[in-house]
Amino acid sequence: MEADLHAYVDGAVTEDARVEIETWLASHPEDADRVRAYTEQNAMLRALHSHMLDEPVPAALLATRSVGWWRYAAAAGIFAIGLGSGWLTRGMVIVPQIVSPSLARQAAIAHAVYAPEVRHPVEVGGNEEEHLVRWLSKRLGTELKAPRLTPLGYELVGGRLLSGSQGPVAQFMYQDGRGQRLTLYVSRQRGEPRDTAFRFSQEDRVSVFYWVDGNFGYALSGEMRREQLLKVADVVYKQLNP
Amino acid sequence: MRVADRHLITEHIPRLRRYARSLVGDRYVAEDLVQDTLERAWNKFYLWRPGSDLRAWLFTIMHNVFVNEARRRRYEIEQPMEEVPSVPVRGAQSEQLELRDVDRALRSLPVDQREVLLLVAVEQLTYEEVSNALGIPIGTVMSRLSRGRERLRQLLAGRSLMSLKVVK
Repeated sequence: MEADLHAYVDGAVTEDARVEIETWLASHPEDADRVRAYTEQNAMLRALHSHMLDEPVPAALLATRSVGWWRYAAAAGIFAIGLGSGWLTRGMVIVPQIVSPSLARQAAIAHAVYAPEVRHPVEVGGNEEEHLVRWLSKRLGTELKAPRLTPLGYELVGGRLLSGSQGPVAQFMYQDGRGQRLTLYVSRQRGEPRDTAFRFSQEDRVSVFYWVDGNFGYALSGEMRREQLLKVADVVYKQLNP
Repeated sequence: MRVADRHLITEHIPRLRRYARSLVGDRYVAEDLVQDTLERAWNKFYLWRPGSDLRAWLFTIMHNVFVNEARRRRYEIEQPMEEVPSVPVRGAQSEQLELRDVDRALRSLPVDQREVLLLVAVEQLTYEEVSNALGIPIGTVMSRLSRGRERLRQLLAGRSLMSLKVVK
């Protein structure tokens, strides 16, 4: 019975056993008191230090003395991306080299090919946004979203379906009043689903911010300075991860 | 190890930090424990079986590091008292239970009971996972859990969660 009472407190009993234990407790007030106290303990122990789950991970914990990769990353300025913009929160950390660099490169190439296109930059225009999103979602096998960048001065030009090394790829294109274009590249990633590594890459003249969310890689490309692109990437990221 | 694997581990760091803090109490000692655990995990990652529960594996490593280092007296572990002490609260008439009282009571549990209690109550590992993580028979898990809970109940007796101010 002792083990059953603990299993009951920890919610590790079958429905039948639960009914049986509750019947027992109804006629054994001392056991009932204990069960109540232990249940309260669980709640108190979970509350204790629970704020730590929301704290950013101290950078020192990401360092290893043996490998020293963190120092290289710090020297390369990779951490500067997140520290200033508040992205280093809730266990989400900026870790270099997580995503295959080919995601950034492929996105930058796709950007370089289609962004200068005058007559046919997209296959489906932004005026048919709903159709565009539904079509690309179907082809990629996930529910896509075209971020709204109007507050930043960028309108959705439209999008197209591309072929990538991992199958179909969606590309959304945006443009501001001066004709400056941005593309968001979404492609399926190989291997186990994983989350939110955030990286910057400079591919010739194209700046790329890219990350992985579950099974999909996202890359935002534009021919602009990193800080300028970061502002947009911040908004895109937040809209896709509300 | 591949850096992608490193990312798998980093996701668990917030939980490891909380567990270490609850286990050892002191903030800096806890941070050392997490750091040592992570280094060991990164170096021994090839031993982890993909598909098995990475979090449970990390708790196993933390337990081993903790036990080994405790033997070398690097982490100060408060010895359990022979007598069950009453938990001091601010003001003798105060019946209010605060989290630091819980923390203090927890600290006066023997460390082996504290480990089991935290893994079950906070990390919500199954008894079998705790048994595997700590390398002890399931019967020992149950007896430590039972003794730990009962002792904590005595320590906190007379004060109720109803008056607990949970600091969010």
